[in-house]
Amino acid sequence: MKRAQLSTVLGPLIVGIAVLALWQAICRLWHIPPYLMPAPTDIAASLVANAVPLLHALRSTLLVTFAALLISVVLGVLAAFVLVQSRLIERSLMPYVIIMQVTPIVAIAPLIIILVKSTLPALIVCATLIAIFPIISNTLAGLRSVDPGLESFFRMHKASRLQMLWRLRIPSALPMFMAGLRISAGLALVGAIVAEFVAGTGGNSAGLAYEILQSGFQMDIPRMFAALSLITLAGLALYFAMALLERLALHRWHGQG
Amino acid sequence: MSLPIVEMLAAEKTFPGGVQALAPVELSVRPGELIGLIGPSGCGKSTLLKLIANLHTPSAGEMRWWGEDFTRVGEAGRRLSFVFQDPTLMPWADVATNVRLPLDLDGIPRDEARARVAPALAQVGLSHAADRTPAQLSGGMRMRVSIARALVTRPDLLLMDEPFAALDEFTRNRLDEDMALLCAQGGLTTIFVTHSLTEAAFLSTRVLVMAPDPGRIHAEYAIDPTIVRDEAFRLSAEFAAICRDLSALLNEVSHARAAADA
Repeated sequence: MKRAQLSTVLGPLIVGIAVLALWQAICRLWHIPPYLMPAPTDIAASLVANAVPLLHALRSTLLVTFAALLISVVLGVLAAFVLVQSRLIERSLMPYVIIMQVTPIVAIAPLIIILVKSTLPALIVCATLIAIFPIISNTLAGLRSVDPGLESFFRMHKASRLQMLWRLRIPSALPMFMAGLRISAGLALVGAIVAEFVAGTGGNSAGLAYEILQSGFQMDIPRMFAALSLITLAGLALYFAMALLERLALHRWHGQG
Repeated sequence: MSLPIVEMLAAEKTFPGGVQALAPVELSVRPGELIGLIGPSGCGKSTLLKLIANLHTPSAGEMRWWGEDFTRVGEAGRRLSFVFQDPTLMPWADVATNVRLPLDLDGIPRDEARARVAPALAQVGLSHAADRTPAQLSGGMRMRVSIARALVTRPDLLLMDEPFAALDEFTRNRLDEDMALLCAQGGLTTIFVTHSLTEAAFLSTRVLVMAPDPGRIHAEYAIDPTIVRDEAFRLSAEFAAICRDLSALLNEVSHARAAADA
């Protein structure tokens, strides 16, 4: 591993360990009760003790997240292709896309949960509404970000609409689409958690947000932190998975072909 | 006498908003000519080149390619290629795919297209770089790829818009010598825009000195086409004399503009 790569990994790792150690020391030295602020070891113990329900909740949350992300990608890309067809279509529809983006999901989630009777689809709809906007806006910007010289070259060779789309616009849009995907992946998780909070569902559909709510009601603060740490880990894993995907998709752009 | 490759018959260009980029131009380009367009910024050099490439349509007047309208351009014996100021390569594709692009767009069978890429890359000295991506190449190499992409169609008319403007002088001189050789060997008719007086003097058999407000051809300067364009020519008194004459013509343009501004 190169020195720069090593420092990229080691630096944050050392800071993380130091913060956890300090947190542990403060909790132990001042005898702070776990229901006020649990020590990292209390959280770890709770994570192990409640592994089965917490992992089940994680699975439910990730199911909503991935379903929302997949639907966002399919619908978002389709919407961008429709919007890019003409400026008139874009001008007519874009305000509604923006309205959808700026309306807080917390405000409309109860309505969605009433309208969509089944819980899981309702959660997926809420998460999709949050995650779809970066896919639409970035793909649209990407489809429009074609090198004008290259576009002239295609026109000079009398390229068909399909050739322009397949050989020029789609590859040109890839970097911006990937950036949008990275943002959307994080937002899909946020959307899933927010929707779970609003729905407050238990049973088979219980996700990590429900675990946090329940732990709060029961004053089981270490379990609440354990659920929170799983959300954070899931978010980090999603971020790095998308970064890896982006790197694989764009390696040629950056001269790693 | 052979048919002119391009004829501009009082062709002019006024952009929406009323800006006249090019006053009516009369120009006839004969086969084998290497025409350099020089002049200050805003004198319509690129507009003139884009009219010839059919990337712009004239607002008035007429354009002819091989004696006809543009519809038959692209057929055998009437091929046109354009080299842009930037290499305009596809960053996601390797060098071979970039060079093959015009053949793919023109519907040339894949095997034939592949077979034509290697000679085009050899012409610009990039046989070893076929598998690399644009990000792995230097600025000069990218420009060579762009030239190979133009040559792979075996053009009868090559148009270049300040192709070497972004390169250092050393690379630029080398590419000028390569271009001179390629054009001489293939009898390739070439029209190119440049800001460099010495580049115009080195490559051209005819230089069109252009003036602004509105863009127009101020003067034409012929250079002996039999001269071998090499390092010895660049260092010769003859080259210096050509540069001096072109400089005087550019000064006329500059003084006329200053007088108009005053």
